[in-house]
Amino acid sequence: MGDETGGATRRQIMVVAAAREIRDGEIVFVGMRLPLLGFALARALHAPRVIGLFENGVIRDAPPTGPLVTMGDPPNIAGALACTTLSDVMAYLQRGRVDVGFLGGAQVDRFGNLNTTWVEEAGRRTRLPGSGGAADIASLARRTVIVMPHERRRFPERVAYLTSPGYGTGRRWREEVGLIGGGPARVITSLGVLGFDRESGEMVLEQVHPGVAPDEVRAHTGWDLRVAPALGTTPEPTAEELAVLRRFDPEGAWTG
Amino acid sequence: MDKVVTIEEAIARHVRDGMTIAMGTGLESCIPFAAGHEIVRQGRRDLTLVGPVSDILFDQLIGAGCVARVIAAWVGNVGAGIAYSFRRAVEDGVPRPLAVEDHSNFTLALALEAAARGVPYLPSRTALGSDLVRGHPRLREVTCPFTGARLLAVAALRPDVTVLHVQRCDREGNAHLWGNLGVSLEAARAAGTVILTCEELVDDDVIRSDPNRTLIPGFLVGAVAVVPAGSHPSPTQGYVNRDDRFYDEYHEETRSRDGFLRWLDRLVLGTRDHQEYLARIGEDRIRRLRPREPRPAAPVSYGV
Repeated sequence: MGDETGGATRRQIMVVAAAREIRDGEIVFVGMRLPLLGFALARALHAPRVIGLFENGVIRDAPPTGPLVTMGDPPNIAGALACTTLSDVMAYLQRGRVDVGFLGGAQVDRFGNLNTTWVEEAGRRTRLPGSGGAADIASLARRTVIVMPHERRRFPERVAYLTSPGYGTGRRWREEVGLIGGGPARVITSLGVLGFDRESGEMVLEQVHPGVAPDEVRAHTGWDLRVAPALGTTPEPTAEELAVLRRFDPEGAWTG
Repeated sequence: MDKVVTIEEAIARHVRDGMTIAMGTGLESCIPFAAGHEIVRQGRRDLTLVGPVSDILFDQLIGAGCVARVIAAWVGNVGAGIAYSFRRAVEDGVPRPLAVEDHSNFTLALALEAAARGVPYLPSRTALGSDLVRGHPRLREVTCPFTGARLLAVAALRPDVTVLHVQRCDREGNAHLWGNLGVSLEAARAAGTVILTCEELVDDDVIRSDPNRTLIPGFLVGAVAVVPAGSHPSPTQGYVNRDDRFYDEYHEETRSRDGFLRWLDRLVLGTRDHQEYLARIGEDRIRRLRPREPRPAAPVSYGV
């Protein structure tokens, strides 16, 4: 993370890739940090009519003007379109009104299931913070985009605990258990961009970031990762994208 | 009825050992830290804490030994990630074992909403197939009697007391809140009683000037305590901004159990009340957290 590849840092490449997942006019469930920057970038460039929902009840059509640590910070409330309850924004999600939700986690597995509850390393169980709104977004958004660093321990074949559902054990699983949301569409990591096989629901490497070899991605993945026949390279951030990013993250706190 | 008391009196009168207490219902803002600290000073035990985001206030109560169980969707330090007292309690039983009832934000909101609406459960479509549901005392997969669809039933959760920090209220507890609301309204309606801490106590006329903003009606409220900056280090919109540095310092200082106990002595057990706590934080530091310029809403007319 944070190492230079050409003119942009890995995190800048990740944010730009996240922004490109947002289409104009979409309703987006926004998280903090990189997804918030992705929302800001998309709004400033190709998606001027995007709407962002925050799980604490804030609805915005533009990014906050001041820096945020949490979505409840005063700059996120001032100038918002609406402030309401958590239940209200979750209802939009459940009603199918949210096009795309952003997620992260401690672990993601072969079928895009996320774990943020506990992990076990060297026989010791470490308790993590838990779902927050992630299980709801993963269950109910029309599609989700997962953003996380690409490390072998974060990419096990099967998550130790399934906090937020992806495709479970395969493509038909969501329908079988009764989930109405569409499931994960993309995984944006520090090494590349991955999608999911239409038939099996299994994660597939679609793009590597500039300077990254597919074998490096496979080496940092805990199962035999499939590589798309038409493997591409993530397009470098443009000068315009980088200029906007620097405006929203001037000190490089999130993308440095 | 005049319900204004000191925060010490409010906690002494309404919070007893073994109770279920909802706090931090605004998520990351308006967390009633002053009330939580008073619970620590009065030495309450065996509490069940309820909150969607159990931020460092829960961590402090857990580390102080007040808590037997947490019902939450997320437990940690929103600024820095891990909350160490929570982890010590769950992983090592220090200072005492802690039971955790895991939720998603939506299932916790629905549990409170079910209680607020006086029904045993509410249906939803979230978290189906996840490990959250497995063996959960309050989540059960059910079949819709109308469509046959598979749904998640979320059982009602009724706190004994909900503690809210609000911008302003009158002496009876009719309260104006603004900003993001999280699950504060459901938590207040579900609870046996509500303790309000407020930035400002205002005349009844101020409340009646904007009845749409009266989100907590006074008849729900058992006690009102005036506690300016009672949400520090969390923000209260229009009154105090978030003290980001505090969360980072807490993270560093509470890494070890000894570090936590020193922290607790310095800021909670070693202070008599919230005023002394704020004095120890530093008047200058609190002043710098005040909003730099007001941003008033346009007035609305309720003319007849």
